[in-house]
Amino acid sequence: MMEEQRYVLELQHISKEYSGNPVLQDVSLTVKKGQIYALMGENGAGKSTLMNILFGMPVIHSTGGFTGTIKISGEEVNFLSPHDAMEAGIGMVHQEFMLIPGFTIAENIKVGREDTLPTLPSRVFGPDLERLNRPKMNADARVALDNIGLDISEETKVAGLPVGYMQFVEIAREIDKKNIKLLVFDEPTAVLTESEADQLLKVMQSLAAKGIAIIFITHRLSEVMQVADYMTVLRDGELVASKAIADTSAVEIAELMVGRAIEKLVDDDKNTKVSTEQNEVALSVKDLYVDMPGETARGVTFEVKSGEIFGIGGLAGQGKVGIPNGLMGMFSSHGDVEIFGEKLNFTKLGNALSKGLAFVSEDRRGVGLLLEESIAHNIMFGAMTTKRDYLSNFGITKLLSAGRMNRHAKDMIKLLDIRCVGGGQRVGALSGGNQQKVCLASALTMKPRILVVSEPTRGIDIGAKKLIMEYLAHLRQEEGLTIIMISSELAELRSICDRIAIVSDGKIEDILAPDASDAQFGLAMSAAAQNSEVS
Amino acid sequence: MGTNLGKFLFKNNVAILFLLLSVGAFAAANVSLPFLFEELFTRFSRNTFMVLSLLIPVVAGLGLNFAIVIGAIAAQIAIFLTVLWGGAGFVGVLMAVGMAVPMAILFGFLVGKLFNSMKGTEMIGGMVAGFFSDGLYQFLFLFVLGGIIPIANDQLMISTGIGVLNAIVLENSIHHGLDNVAMIHILDFAFFASLALSAIMLIVRGVKKQPLNLKQPAKVVLPLAVLYALGFIPAVGRFLSADRLMLFYAVMIALAIVVLYSLYHIIRRKESEKPTRFILYIVGAAVVFGLTYIPELERSLMVVRLPVLTYIVIISLCLGIKWFMNTKLGQNMRTVGQDRAVAASSGINVNRIRIIAMIMSTSLASIGQIISLQNIGTMATYGSHQQVALFSIAALLVGGASVQRATVKQALLGVFLFHTLFILSANAGQSLLGNAQIGEYFRVFVAYAVIAVALAMHAWVRKSNKQVITQIDPRVAATAASAESK
Amino acid sequence: MERALGALKQGAKDFGLPRIIILAFFFILLLAAALVGMDIPWLISDVLLRWGMWGILVLAMVPSIRSGIGPNFGVAIGIAGGLLGALVSIELRYFGFLGTLDPDGITFGLVSISLAVLLALAFSSLLGILYGLLLNRVKGNEMIVSTYVGFSFVALFNILWLLLPFRSSTSIWPIAGQGLRTTINLVDDFGRVLNNLFRVEIGNFIIPTSLLLTVLLFCFVIWVFNKSRYGMVMTAAGSNPEYAKARGINVNRARIVGTTISTALAGVGIVMFSQGLGFLQLYNAPMWMGFSSVAAVLIGGATVKRAAIFNVLLGTLLFQGILTVALPVANELVPEGNLSEILRLIISNGIILYALSKARGGSK
Repeated sequence: MMEEQRYVLELQHISKEYSGNPVLQDVSLTVKKGQIYALMGENGAGKSTLMNILFGMPVIHSTGGFTGTIKISGEEVNFLSPHDAMEAGIGMVHQEFMLIPGFTIAENIKVGREDTLPTLPSRVFGPDLERLNRPKMNADARVALDNIGLDISEETKVAGLPVGYMQFVEIAREIDKKNIKLLVFDEPTAVLTESEADQLLKVMQSLAAKGIAIIFITHRLSEVMQVADYMTVLRDGELVASKAIADTSAVEIAELMVGRAIEKLVDDDKNTKVSTEQNEVALSVKDLYVDMPGETARGVTFEVKSGEIFGIGGLAGQGKVGIPNGLMGMFSSHGDVEIFGEKLNFTKLGNALSKGLAFVSEDRRGVGLLLEESIAHNIMFGAMTTKRDYLSNFGITKLLSAGRMNRHAKDMIKLLDIRCVGGGQRVGALSGGNQQKVCLASALTMKPRILVVSEPTRGIDIGAKKLIMEYLAHLRQEEGLTIIMISSELAELRSICDRIAIVSDGKIEDILAPDASDAQFGLAMSAAAQNSEVS
Repeated sequence: MGTNLGKFLFKNNVAILFLLLSVGAFAAANVSLPFLFEELFTRFSRNTFMVLSLLIPVVAGLGLNFAIVIGAIAAQIAIFLTVLWGGAGFVGVLMAVGMAVPMAILFGFLVGKLFNSMKGTEMIGGMVAGFFSDGLYQFLFLFVLGGIIPIANDQLMISTGIGVLNAIVLENSIHHGLDNVAMIHILDFAFFASLALSAIMLIVRGVKKQPLNLKQPAKVVLPLAVLYALGFIPAVGRFLSADRLMLFYAVMIALAIVVLYSLYHIIRRKESEKPTRFILYIVGAAVVFGLTYIPELERSLMVVRLPVLTYIVIISLCLGIKWFMNTKLGQNMRTVGQDRAVAASSGINVNRIRIIAMIMSTSLASIGQIISLQNIGTMATYGSHQQVALFSIAALLVGGASVQRATVKQALLGVFLFHTLFILSANAGQSLLGNAQIGEYFRVFVAYAVIAVALAMHAWVRKSNKQVITQIDPRVAATAASAESK
Repeated sequence: MERALGALKQGAKDFGLPRIIILAFFFILLLAAALVGMDIPWLISDVLLRWGMWGILVLAMVPSIRSGIGPNFGVAIGIAGGLLGALVSIELRYFGFLGTLDPDGITFGLVSISLAVLLALAFSSLLGILYGLLLNRVKGNEMIVSTYVGFSFVALFNILWLLLPFRSSTSIWPIAGQGLRTTINLVDDFGRVLNNLFRVEIGNFIIPTSLLLTVLLFCFVIWVFNKSRYGMVMTAAGSNPEYAKARGINVNRARIVGTTISTALAGVGIVMFSQGLGFLQLYNAPMWMGFSSVAAVLIGGATVKRAAIFNVLLGTLLFQGILTVALPVANELVPEGNLSEILRLIISNGIILYALSKARGGSK
């Protein structure tokens, strides 16, 4: 019995599926008192789902719950809301700050849990009218701030604080809660400067030393190596490995995160790789900086040859998604970019489009589609605006040619096997995979010279995934289209790309052949960790 | 110091602009200062309560409450019933308030519910809800009353018996019901009420075997007792038996309080604190006292007579709001107003807080309308409520408030500035452009334009802030969404 | 059988509960009118006339909703421009711009109204561009801002109507008064020109053919615009700005175009309205026209994010139909008070509230 008590948290055989798709399968892990436990994995590996289950988030209950048991300090629990979890002594430090700028630090620490004193009206109308006990609030806040070594007045407003301090205020808020046993840090260093991150890690260590267990979710291998005692890697909802940090290395962890047997997504006879070495340069990118929040590119340089399928991979948050979005002008960017020898003008909206670059966005519903419009309308739209296609004369003006639009939509529906009632169906009513096919059809209708696809298989079923990948290979093989594919799934990139660039910390770390070893990919992806370890 | 001054000017740019505009209008309008003062203080006592009722929704993040019209409607239904049932004087006012507030609570609840289904568009929603309610109200007063519900009262009803008259004269009813309560009665009431409350408190403490802590009630009862005793001196008694207080005396009393308060703090201050602020207060009070020797100003101060109880009610509301903002509920409102997601994730029921804010605002607005109408003495059945939101909101904004931030101070300042301009613009238009009508239109224009500019500036600032915020943690967003859908 | 019932249910759902209620109400009113012995053909003629008078004002909602600024509560701005255009056209006529045309002839009327429409277009387009620039700075709050900007414009133009140096005896107060009249009789200009041109009369039933044709013509122009490249670009920018940006579309420009077209249509709309009425109404008269226009298009089935020409035609017919029929019926039932005005308040604001609570756009 005493043995059991050593564990603050035990997750046993946790499984969860969303409408038939398993997202977590039989995951078990245990966290001891005072342990820093790193939870790692790519985006979509199941980390957030696991945390959602732990916190009793409504999204879990509204989708059919989960199987398995959760024990806190040896006792089985079943949280129905995040509030229950907080009552049981579990806290979360968010990546995005949940702070109110106009409040003082003390008010933020005590938000929703203010200390109060009774008043005459409160005796009549209830505790809502008790007045705030500010001296007590301030004193408690002071204690919490001292605990994490933050030397700043508790009466300062949060508004003017440096970003790094805000993270600490969040931590102070969590440890001010009584009986806090377990703290989850969700990518806490993502927005911090290096020295702030260092200080944060120190605070985590000192909290652990006080006996609080910590679950540390991060993509930064260096931090894991620096502070964690134990780590678990999730991949595709399964637990890949759990190891003590002392028994492993950064390279091994990176390998564990991305490595997997290559599924045959594309048959070899459909993707004969031809040498493109001699071809002209289709896209040349030099020193590209993209200011995309969470996916910043900091000086990316690469070249793509005509007729090539060029892959861009890397861990989430490292900046790979920023590259296509910057090229298309979605976020402010600068650098030297040439498309078939023509210089790209970043200040001119839609310049990349007019130079023959077509883009399938990773944000299908937000950027990729007009959900309220028909399939045919979505397919035709890009070509209509940029190439003035699908218009026919009508007196002094030109109007949409519904006939041509529908005929073309019909062709595309057949070609890409879009499952729908017809071209007139509303795109919003389609499944994810079919929506993605519409996005692809729309991009192809623009007859691009270079097709840029960002996360083309995210959130779609395996059948659609295979079809899309095969079609991309077919486009290159039959029509010589140059394709740039950005994906978090290394297996996908390795199954069709000629070369794969790995982005780490906003830069291209390495460009590898698809048949390079897992270790090489792991090394490139964990490069940022390696570098900081050396320095 | 220079930058501080710059900041001060920038922060109060709206108020300063209106101050200059008011001064200019006064110079042009060719009216006497006593006239201006008399008009101004009358309007102040009529409108301030209503303007203050706008503060709580701003704090709770609901923006400017264009739906206070609905509170005014509740008040007018209550006044109609009061007149019908013969309520008069101070009792009549209490009757009206007693009927208006429950109605306002119900209406506020409904509007709050409605607003929870249109988060982000509460202001336009509130305005439209106001018009919608106006339609229902007119239907009630023109067709239902007399048409469906028989009412036999030829003082109130149109001669055909169907529909209520355009104007209801409150002369023999609640006219000045609040204004005309003599000071001595207020004092008597305060003294005995404080005695009773203290007694109850002590008994409760005695029963619960808590320490009695006699000092606490004594602090309230003793000064009141002294004042009460003073009332028995014939001269003081004669002074107190009036229901109006000359503005001059009011200023003197206020100055005395400021000086005493400052002296108290200077003597009782801790070693570490500097007395600069309180010394400045005293200097300020001395300057104001000096100013009263300017003949024109002195005459103006002598002309204005303030209805004492009305002003006490307004001051109590100011203090009450300040007190309320320091309670748990007030703090929750601030939290909800600043960030609904944070509030929801800290276990605050966002929708409930928003509904409470609407109920409070609507109830206060209904009382505000009763205060206003008991002073005016005539109720324009189909008109008194219509412009309430427009002029109250404009006044609040003129004081320097915004869609997201509004304080008692801004409300008070705003009422003064806005109504100064309002009083003067017709005269100024007459003497500047030879047409009083232009002045009339100008002040309506100012009211609308102030609101338009404030709203535009708010949206502008919000837009530029939004670009900084990237995205909310999906887990948190989920909590917020679930908490809000409850 | 069940399937048919299901289809019926779905059809009813698509049509929308508020529209069914309003349609039912309209027919009940018509029935009531017949029962109290009203002259039904005459009533319907009046409905048709009001349909024509309001058509273009309501049509002004379509470009604004499609370009993403939502229902244009600030049509008062366009109306101000339109009134200015009409006044200038009166002034030009007064100073002999129309030369020797026979004042009673058809040509005179047509030239006169064309002149007014063109001037209205010019003034309100100009105001529309400025208004569009403003609305681009207040994204997300367009409705409340435009309402108050509209009100401010009404108040501002009230001052201008007093100050502008118009001379025509038609427009200004006769005896040494200052400024323009509150209502200006258009009998010497374009009053009722289109009502009467090619008018079809069958007993008491009158069809204002030219007016209706004009409305349909403007509807057709907007329909054509919606199907044109820029029309589609504008709609995309309105319904999903991020989508539009990724396709190289200048969202802000599309919004300005939408606002300008909307404001220009409001300018033309008020000229049509005034010609139908036979009078130009100045000062506070345009204050509530915005709300009525917004309500009409919403009754027609539009939402604050989507609107089509059909919504305009149906909505205007229903809304104005109810108000027109209700007035005489109400006067028959209860002679006191203005039930029609109360109905306008309740219906127009009720439908706007309904649309806002359904939009849930800003709710996060």
